[in-house]
Amino acid sequence: MAKTIIEKIWEQHIVFEEAGKPDLLYIDLHLLHEVTSPQAFEGLRLNGRKVRRPDLCFATMDHNVPTRNRSVIKDPISRKQIKTLQENCDEFGVPLAGINHPDQGIVHVIGPELGLTQPGKTIVCGDSHTSTHGAFGALAFGIGTSEVEHVLSTQTLWQSKPKTMEIRIDGELGFGVSAKDIILAIISTYGVDMGTGHIIEYTGEAIRNLSMEERMTICNMSIEAGARAGLVSPDETTVEYLRGRRNVPEGEAFEREAKRWLALATDEGASYDVSHTIHADDISPFVTWGTNPSMGSGIAERVPTAADYDKQEDRDALRQALAYMQLEEDAPLSSIAIQHVFIGSCTNARLSDLRAASEIVKGRTVHPAVTAIVVPGSETVKRAAEAEGLDQVFLQAGFEWRETGCSMCLAMNEDAVPAGERCASTSNRNFEGRQGAGSMTHLVSPVMAAAAAIEGHLTDVRNYMKEPVPQA
Amino acid sequence: MKPINEISSVLTPLDRKNVDTDQIISKEFLKRIERTGFGKYLFYHWRFHTDGTPNKEFVLNDPRFQDSEILVAQENFGCGSSREHAPWAILDYGFRVVIAPSYADIFYNNCVKNGILPIRLQEAEVTALLEKGKQAPYRLDVDLRQQTVTAEDGASYSFDIDPYWKEMLLNGWDEISLTIQYDSYIQAYEEKMQQAQ
Repeated sequence: MAKTIIEKIWEQHIVFEEAGKPDLLYIDLHLLHEVTSPQAFEGLRLNGRKVRRPDLCFATMDHNVPTRNRSVIKDPISRKQIKTLQENCDEFGVPLAGINHPDQGIVHVIGPELGLTQPGKTIVCGDSHTSTHGAFGALAFGIGTSEVEHVLSTQTLWQSKPKTMEIRIDGELGFGVSAKDIILAIISTYGVDMGTGHIIEYTGEAIRNLSMEERMTICNMSIEAGARAGLVSPDETTVEYLRGRRNVPEGEAFEREAKRWLALATDEGASYDVSHTIHADDISPFVTWGTNPSMGSGIAERVPTAADYDKQEDRDALRQALAYMQLEEDAPLSSIAIQHVFIGSCTNARLSDLRAASEIVKGRTVHPAVTAIVVPGSETVKRAAEAEGLDQVFLQAGFEWRETGCSMCLAMNEDAVPAGERCASTSNRNFEGRQGAGSMTHLVSPVMAAAAAIEGHLTDVRNYMKEPVPQA
Repeated sequence: MKPINEISSVLTPLDRKNVDTDQIISKEFLKRIERTGFGKYLFYHWRFHTDGTPNKEFVLNDPRFQDSEILVAQENFGCGSSREHAPWAILDYGFRVVIAPSYADIFYNNCVKNGILPIRLQEAEVTALLEKGKQAPYRLDVDLRQQTVTAEDGASYSFDIDPYWKEMLLNGWDEISLTIQYDSYIQAYEEKMQQAQ
């Protein structure tokens, strides 16, 4: 019978199954960070348990780390959390890329970089954006701290089999449209709970044509669509990304693995519980105007009005969102002035994101009313960007070039947007207070963030790009 | 974790949909390395003004609901971040039951692993509870074994729950102790994978 990749990976990982119970699934890779792990390690200690497979764990520090001066963590509680992860990894033998390690970075950026993320693996982390790793055709999902402790102790999880959902993006992406715009368009079309209880597979010509980094951007925000996980079937793009990376086999063994990976792809004729199709040419550069990721529109549009909604609860949600965002109904989105620009996060801080943004920034100057920062996703990204001179492009334009980490995506370190100020951000959540108490977030792609930094307001990046000359 | 079966309490009506875990517990409170002590930070930026004084408009500050153990909200409750600090804060504040039409998946799992009963009712049923609960204190009897919610005026609702989670909640079991009993299956799986390589 024709199967989806979701069913294939699931079946390969069943340790125990019994009617009326969730399945006991084996976990191939467990990623850890400092915020959601301390209570799990403490639980192990209190019960005299050990980590079953430290060789299948990998830890880093990303949420709390400073991006200005690595050696000064001002907040004593942050400092303690970072120290605690170091001590836990030492005690339980878990590999760690600590704060000054050359591999350190945002956990969802370094997994793929190091070749730890591979097709067909089950991957978990105490972080909802674990869905990022689905770009490789892995079954990757976020878990809570109790589940972190469970995986540390048993290398398994009890999981009820989710339903499957296909989101097909047909056709070719238009000029100036990024992977970020695809996922924002999906969420605004179908809502923040469209994927609840489902795993999404992204298919279609537009997805096939994306690079691995672009696929990661889309899978990353599957959780913003409410999905348990999101993935893309592996293809040659996946194989070529992984070839030569640390932690993947070499030579003959790699070719054998590659063959196995490609065979995981969804079979022709396999069916999903739900299928949606979007046409790529309907997607334009996107911005959010509200307080959840479904509250967004193309940059040429306006803030909605109450009359646009049929249900009272949706009108209430609009009113609450606009009150928080200090926006009026029907305001043109391109008129919204911003004071901050953040290029970073597990959604959009990889080398291709920084390259794309630097193309817009090159030879231009950040608007005087704007504070703009670039926070590379990892030390590896940072080194590669500096080798190409991208840091100089950003610095000359008036951006700050920071150390790596989660930074202003959630403002757990000192990188926060002040109350009452607005940020054009390449991150993934525009919830109330996400980037700092009272801050207002507009989610955009890296090129849209770059253009906003220069203009001082949200703006259509296509005005900054040269239209490609059509081939005769 | 603490077993849960019957809870009788007035409900706290939180009439919002898509309540995300950033609102339930804001990031500045995620730095603790313990599981306890998060209750005073629950819904912090909705509960308190920026000067730290209570926002009297917010439902948790309504004196009529101070002893409530049942939180009622609209659809997609607990969306966003996987932070288990959200259910820890809900529990530490004093809630044992949440009622909503739907939950984000990770949040739902995090609740059942901490002895919080997340009940799914129909949207119209939740709307009715919210309306009555906003008018006057409205007492509910929740019975997990019977899978029922019975209101003081006789209105009665039934809910579904996975039998596995139901057993865990009723008995307050530690899931890891249970899984360790499957160790021979885990070992067999690991050996099979080893041989396949």
